[in-house]
Formats: sequence, C-alpha cells, structure tokens
Amino acid sequence: MAEHSREAAEWSPITGKLAWNSIPWEEPIPLIAAAAVGSVLFGTLIWVWRAGYVPYLWREWITSVDHKRIGIMYCIFALVMLIRGFSDAVLMRTHQDLMYNNGGYLPAEHYDQIFTAHGVIMIFFVAMPFLTGLMNFAVPLQLGVRDVAFPTLNNVSFWLTASGALLVNISLVVGEFAKTGWVVYPPLSELRFSPGVGVDYYLWALQIAGVGTLLAGVNLVTTILKMRAPGMGYTRMPMFCWTSLAANLLIVAAFPILTATMAMLLLDRYLDFHFFTNELGGNAMMFVNLVWAWGHPEVYILVLPVFGIFSEVVSTFSSKPLFGYRSMIVATMVICVLSFMVWLHHFFTMGAGADVNGVFGVTTMIIAVPTGVKVFNWLFTMFRGRIRFTTPMLYSIGFVVTFVIGGASGVLLAIPPVDFVLHNTLFLVAHFHNIVIPAVLFGLFAGYTYWFPKAFGFKLDERWGKRAFWCWIIGFYIAFMPLYVLGLMGMQRRMSAHYVKAWEPWLIVASVGSAIIALGIAAMAVQLYVSIRNRAALRDDTGDPWDGRTLEWMTTSPPPSYNFAVLPDVSHEEAYWSLKEGAREKKRLSDRPDYEPIEMPRNSPTGFITAFFTTVLGFAAVWHIWWLVILGVLGAWATFTIFAWRDHHEFEIPADEVERLDRERREAKAQLLGIPKEATA
Amino acid sequence: MSARSTQAYAGAHGDPNRLGHGEGPSISELGPAPKRIIVGYGFWIFLLSDFIMFAAFFAGYAVLVGETAGGPSGRELFDLRFVAGETALLLLSSFTCGMATIGAAARSQWWFQIAMAWTALLGAGFLGMELWEFAHLIGEGAGPDRSAFLSSFFALVGLHGLHVLAGLLWLLTMMAQVLAKGFREDIQRRILCWALFWHALDIIWIALFTVVYLFGARA
Repeated sequence: MAEHSREAAEWSPITGKLAWNSIPWEEPIPLIAAAAVGSVLFGTLIWVWRAGYVPYLWREWITSVDHKRIGIMYCIFALVMLIRGFSDAVLMRTHQDLMYNNGGYLPAEHYDQIFTAHGVIMIFFVAMPFLTGLMNFAVPLQLGVRDVAFPTLNNVSFWLTASGALLVNISLVVGEFAKTGWVVYPPLSELRFSPGVGVDYYLWALQIAGVGTLLAGVNLVTTILKMRAPGMGYTRMPMFCWTSLAANLLIVAAFPILTATMAMLLLDRYLDFHFFTNELGGNAMMFVNLVWAWGHPEVYILVLPVFGIFSEVVSTFSSKPLFGYRSMIVATMVICVLSFMVWLHHFFTMGAGADVNGVFGVTTMIIAVPTGVKVFNWLFTMFRGRIRFTTPMLYSIGFVVTFVIGGASGVLLAIPPVDFVLHNTLFLVAHFHNIVIPAVLFGLFAGYTYWFPKAFGFKLDERWGKRAFWCWIIGFYIAFMPLYVLGLMGMQRRMSAHYVKAWEPWLIVASVGSAIIALGIAAMAVQLYVSIRNRAALRDDTGDPWDGRTLEWMTTSPPPSYNFAVLPDVSHEEAYWSLKEGAREKKRLSDRPDYEPIEMPRNSPTGFITAFFTTVLGFAAVWHIWWLVILGVLGAWATFTIFAWRDHHEFEIPADEVERLDRERREAKAQLLGIPKEATA
Repeated sequence: MSARSTQAYAGAHGDPNRLGHGEGPSISELGPAPKRIIVGYGFWIFLLSDFIMFAAFFAGYAVLVGETAGGPSGRELFDLRFVAGETALLLLSSFTCGMATIGAAARSQWWFQIAMAWTALLGAGFLGMELWEFAHLIGEGAGPDRSAFLSSFFALVGLHGLHVLAGLLWLLTMMAQVLAKGFREDIQRRILCWALFWHALDIIWIALFTVVYLFGARA
C-alpha cells in the first residue's frame, strides 16, 4: 500500500520526514498529470525565457504594485486553477459513473484526495482570487482614485495566495493531499487517524493563503472607507464598491477565526495539544462550530461582491440606474451582519437540540429576505429598460433564474427536520453548487467579460462568449439537477463505491452535464484566443464600450498607471453618467484642468521574495524540516526589513506627460459624445 | 492626493470629524484622506482582525476550561502574585512606549532610543517570566499535552507571548531604523503602527489576566 510505505519514512534532521518514497511512484494518475502540467509549465518558461520576456514580466507584472496589474494577475491565476479544480470534478464524475458494484477506477485513498482538493481549490484558489482580482481591478477605478491604500502590501497578498496554491499543487507529487473533505473535520483530521502529510499540506497552504486574503481585506476596506474621489460620499458609491466593502469587512471579521481554528488543529497535530482529540477532554464539536463561524460568512464573502457585479451589469445593459439603490445598500449590509448568525445550520444533526436548531433555522430563512430584495431590484432595473443581451447580461439573467432555484432548495434545507433527512446527501451537494455556480462563477464570468475591455483596450468576442454561456448554463442544469434526485433517493456525498442500480442512470446524466460544462470552458479558451487574434477589430478607443455609468469608464482603456489625470469631482450617484449627460446637454466637455505632476509608488519585489520564503516555510513545516522552517521565517523578516530600509518610495510622472495623455482621452470622449473638436480645448 | 482635499482636511481642524456637522461638504465627500490617517486606520482594521483571532482562542479556552481530564486545574497551577509581576512589567512597558511616542513626536533621538530600550527591557522581562512559567508547568507534568484545559491555556497565553516576541523584533528594527534614517515621515507612521500594536497587546493581556488568571485562581 502506497500510504504505508510513505509513513514508514524515518525523521532525519536534514530532510525531516521527506524521503524517496514520499513521491507516489505506484500511482500513475497524479504522476502523469503532474508530468503533463510540469512539461507545459516548463515549456512556457523556456519559451518566455528565449523570447526575452523575463525582464518585461519581472518589471511590469511580477513586481508591479499597480492595482490593475495585480487584479489581472489574480484573475489569470484563478482561471488556471479553475482548470485544475474542474479536472478534479471530471475525475469524480467519471469515477462515479463506473463505480457501480466494482469501486470505480480510482483507488479510494486517491478519490478522497480528489474531492478534498476540488473543494479547497474551487473555494480558496478559484472563487477567492478571482473575486479579489476583480475587486482590485475595479474598485479604485470606480472610486475615482489612483491606487489602493497599500500598494506594496497588495502585491504581497497576491503572492501569498499563489504560495498557498503552489503548496497544494506540490502535494500532488510530493506526498499526498488531505483525504478528509474540504473542511477537515476532526477527529478524522487528527494525527491518529490521518497520520500522513495530507492534512498538514492543507493546513499550511490555507494559513499562508489566509494571511494573503486577510491583508487584501484590510487593504480594500481602508481603500473604500478612506480613499474616494472628492464628492463621493457613501451614498454615491457604486454598488460594486458597497458590496466589496461588505465582503471585505467579512474577510477582516471571519478569516482570523479560520486562522485560529487551523492553528489549533496544527497544535494538536504537531505538539500533541488536545483541542479536538477524542482523549483528555478535547472537543471535536468545537472545531465544527469554529470552522463554520468562518465558513458561513465565507459564503457571503463570495456572493456579495458578485451581487455587486450583477448590479453594475444589469444597470449598464438595461441603460437605467439601478432600481432601489439605497434599499440595495441596506440589503447588503443586513446580509453582512446576518451572515454571522446562521452558522449552526451547517450541522443541525450534531445534537444541539430542537430549540437551538429552531432558532438557527429561522435566522437562515430571514437571510433570504434581503436576498429577495436584491432579486426584485435587479428585475425592476430590467423592467422597461432598453436591454442589450450581451454576454455579461446573459450571465446575469441566467444567474437570477438559477439562483432562485438554489435559494429555494436552501430554504428547504433550513428546516431542521428536512435537514435530518437530507444532510450529507447529494441533495446538499446539488444545493450549494446551485448557489455557487450561478452566484459566484457566473458573476465572475460576467465581470470578466464586462471589465476585459477596460483592462486590455479591446472587447472579448461576443459569439464565443455566448456559446460559452449556453454551454455553462445547460451543462449546469444537466449536471446538478440529477444530484437533487439522487439525494432524495438517499445517495450520500463523497461515495467511492455503491451497489444501487437505480442511481446509475442519474450519475451518467450528471456526467453528460459536466462534459457540456467542459465545452463551456473550451469555448471560453477559444473566445480568448479569437479575441486576441481579432483585437484590431474589437478595439475600443473611447474607454467606454458599454455606455457605462461609473467612473472606470471615464478614463482610457487600458487606464494609465495613475488612472485619472485629475481626480474626478463627483456630484451624483452615477458619477460618470451625470458627467456625460451634462456634456451632451452643454455640447462641451468640462473645462480643461490644470495638470500637476503625479507621484506613484515604485515597484517592489518584496511580495515575490516573501512568497518564496513562505513556500519554503510551508513545505519545510509539512515535512518537519525544522532548520528550513527557521530559514524561511528569517528570510521573510529580512525581506521586509530590506523593503523598510528603502529610501525612495515614489517616482514622478511629469505634468506635460499627464497632459499629453489626457488630451488624447478628451478628444476620444468628445468624439464619443458628438461634441465638436474645438470645444475640447 | 489632491491639494484641495489636503486643504479641506486642514480647514476642518477644530472639528476634524465634523461631529457638529459643520459647514461645507461632509467629511465623507472630502476626497482621499492624508497618508498618515490611511496608514493608522488600516492598521487599526488589522488590529481588529487580530482581536478576533484572540477571541476565537478565548472562546476555545472558555469551552475547554473545565476539561482537565483528571489533571490539575487553574486553581492548583496559577500563582497570582507571579502573574501580577508579569502584568506590572507589561503595563509599565506601555508607559515607556508612550514616552517613545512623545520622543518621536519631538524628534529627539535620545529620548526615543532610551524609552524604546526601556520598553524592550520590560517586554523581554515579561516574556522571560512567561517562559519561566511555561517551563515550570511543563516540568511539573502540567504541559499542553496533559489535558484540553492546559492545551487551550498554553495556546491562548502562548499566542499573546508570540505577539510580544514579534513586537520586540519590530521594536528593535524600529530602533535601528530611527538610528540609521532619523524621523522620516514614513518611519513616523511605522512608529505609530508599532505603538498601536504594543498597546493592543496590553488590552489583550488585561482580558487574559482577568479571564484566565483571576477567574482561574478563584474557580
């Protein structure tokens, strides 16, 4: 048995528990997958090196402290990890197709790692970074400012997230990943029952990525609350900024609980503490409470910003202001608070008693109220609007319909007696995919298509975008509706073998659905390729391809590093729309401002180097290589100290350069608004 | 940051937060805040998150405090007089930390360095006493592996100790930096953050002293 040989390795002071047989030589699937990914990665690196792009990438991207570039790196990273997480899903679906009466084709211990990795990757390394990326990119632009509050810290956050993901991927080849499910419940995750390094990889990856997430949260909260263009009071902030504020407040309030909980489990595993063990007074149920005190707010950390994206998209493509702007703010903040009051519905069956379950059932249903307010606001925004059915709009409409179904199954599960019947079945799996796919992924895809022209100066191909949308939504229904049925038929989640003939057809239908989703992902890849090839035809010179309403559409596409030559003066809820209206009416742009030189922060390799040391630290801690752990900590500290010793933090962009670029922008705007050229001066 | 918003902030000096709803636009419409305010504010947000992490450990302790598994309880282990000594050292270090802040505001190298050195000594004394207490308990067979109660005790107190250690490392780095570079504006902001951090550790210690030691010795 592979597992057995890997545990037998003796500890040595030099290499810790790491040994030649830590690599799963006898398991072909991870090795072949890793070899394929490794050679693609290696090939790309060689190509980048030979083409001479390394200095460019280092200077302009890896060390960049520009919030837009960091946002784009987050999104690319998330899209790559989406492919990794999706291949795990395909393995699970095909395995379940073949498992009737014979246990499928994956060894049980490998299958267990796959469903754990799927959850961890999709939540922590797809949904979270994609969201952080879009927030990073769009929020400072929408607020009308030049950068986030702490630009270098922003770069550090990104690389820490990447460091965590790297650890998860290393576990594919060196050692193993957790076999416990994505929230690693003890006592199963304790050393006694999971003696391998899988849980340790999970814990260190999440601790490191979690620090990155927390710092990104602190950064965005500070940015939104302390850095807005003059005139942009709280009730003039775009909806996406409001929902980002709510989500980042939740990050600041909830992620420390995750860090603490994971630290307790690490202490149990490494230093023989007894927080969650079966013996000596440990309390495994405390872990479940703590982890969901983070985990439920996490759900809203994921969906709230996406609600903001949908609000922007629906309003823009309905050519109307958002219906009930202030009620939307209230609904957002109510969800923000209530999200901390429902965690117990994740474990109604734990035995808290009827009263406690009843209270949490009711709070769970209450949270559906502000969510319902939002749905009606989107519908009324569309009502009597001039709707343009672009790809982001299709995703938004698909989201509203699908999300309502998922919400309804959620309210069903909020009834404790029903939950007693359905908990831990595929009904639950169907429910949360029914929420997360429309309310997170569709929103991310809508945001990606919506802001792509702002980031790169050309639109994405609409034809392939729509094809991708239809594959995703049809694939989703075919893949997940059967899981509701299977859940009602009594099929448990995470099974790697079964003996019930009646389940088989439903499982096969679900696999067909995942194949259609695969086509959707392929269509997105083709869309990107086709769009880059046809970029000349798709180019947008106006900076405002969708007739937008918020400030990011005021500047050029892509925006200059400083975003705005002069910070915009905001006097209306829809800052940019009101400026456009004014200009159209008066047939002239606003007066040419006096340009001043702009100071921008210098780039810094601090984030990249820190992440190198934290990856070393995490890897060494997993394998108990203590000298390397100490080296990693010292390296990270030294990196920060060297950064702190820097004498020049900023560089200056001269006023005439700013003026030259802004003149071009004003000419393009005049043309867009049908204003004669002489009126731009 | 635009010149206009700097003026606006400076103009609102008497009532900077416009609690009296003074004339002119409300503070939320004045544009980006000055750098010092942004840094201090951001660091406060971080500190709040740190408090929440401690809250989780406090919760863990409250759940497990009775789970002694036949081993010693707080009443048998805690020596209040010893812990009062620890507390005195830490609170005094907060006073000297305040002195260092004044020294930094006065841009006096001597004042700052001497106050920081005292803070470091007092902080190190606190940490030394805590380590001695830990070693003593482990020597008596009351280590974190003895019971869930002791696990949560060592984790909570140890987490605070780790924070003090990080604060000390940061303190020494700041001393070296001020010596090398003087009271530059960005260094002043770092001193502000460090001082906030150091005082926050005091707040946590007061909660910890009450909940763990005072309640524990009585129960």
